[in-house]
Amino acid sequence: MTIGTEFIWILIGTALVTLLPRVLPLSILSRVQMPSILLKYLRHIPVAVMAALLAQALLTSEEGFIPIQDNPRLLALLPTLAAALWSRSLLTTVIVGVLSMMLIRQFFG
Amino acid sequence: MLAKSLRVFLLEEMKLLLHQSPQPALATGEPLQELSFRRGVIDCIPTLLGYLSIGFACGVVGKTAGLSVIEIALLSLFLYAGSAQFIVAGMIAAGSPAIPIIVTILFVNLRHLLMSAAMVPFFRQYSLWKNVGLGAQLTDETFGVAIGKLQENQKHADRWMLGLNMTAHANWIAANVAGAIMGAWIMDPQAFGLDYALPAMFVGLLVMQVGSRNPLRTDLIVAACSIGVFIGLAHYISGSIAMIVAAVLAAGLGVLIEHDNRD
Repeated sequence: MTIGTEFIWILIGTALVTLLPRVLPLSILSRVQMPSILLKYLRHIPVAVMAALLAQALLTSEEGFIPIQDNPRLLALLPTLAAALWSRSLLTTVIVGVLSMMLIRQFFG
Repeated sequence: MLAKSLRVFLLEEMKLLLHQSPQPALATGEPLQELSFRRGVIDCIPTLLGYLSIGFACGVVGKTAGLSVIEIALLSLFLYAGSAQFIVAGMIAAGSPAIPIIVTILFVNLRHLLMSAAMVPFFRQYSLWKNVGLGAQLTDETFGVAIGKLQENQKHADRWMLGLNMTAHANWIAANVAGAIMGAWIMDPQAFGLDYALPAMFVGLLVMQVGSRNPLRTDLIVAACSIGVFIGLAHYISGSIAMIVAAVLAAGLGVLIEHDNRD
């Protein structure tokens, strides 16, 4: 149970540079009247961000880009996508996704 | 008597959990759903499994990087960002000094600028300090859930967001500490497909988002553009930067498409 001094500085620094991008736009932009072009732009951020996050989670690992042909996550995408479209429920989608991945690893792994 | 009321309570919770309306209520013509702290806690439940397995892995990695359990707990409490914590552990293990670690984390978490700005329409009615507090716990998952749920000027959006935030953060800290303590003896979580909980969650969040705020066709093009740009860039630059560039460009394309539609 120890806390290093160098660690304290890393903790404070990383926490600050993470906190500021989370807090500043929401707290400052909600005080001002945003130009309508910015509002229109922000309406597309959710889909754009979610799609990019999905691509990152599916296609990359710590070692970088996973070659498409060796990526079992893409196979599991089919039942997961079907579950999401059919159920419109986040919980069902996650459960179907995890079960499909487990089965794919069992049979093709 | 007690058993019966407990059963009724659980049934109600299950109903709330399974019949969450993914489409904004206005679009489907249903009455707006009442928001509350408890409702926020319940709406967080589908994301717990994904972040439990990632948080656990994060605790294990922190431990193998030489961090103590208390240090891992502090990171999950104050840094509270999955990919960032993995990178911090990796860079500490590699003997990196503080400044390069902090600069790297700044870039990895710049994506939150976009998400925080996109939350503005739903929290405009609240005070500066309340928005500082709600923004402080913003993550990929709470953003995804919130943006699929909230309407502008909705009553108790602040309490709902706090319930969502607190549940997600508590789950994250618990998972990190559990990973730090037990990580050494746990077998490969990949064998159970748990590593897929996160991509599956993003699939669900994306599907529910597409066509809900903008025309379906626009959203599909924006999503395809975002994924395409990411694939193009991820071969050359780091995934977290590729992700930001992809989202920024794809959202811009969305504005252009809507502009053309109107003329």
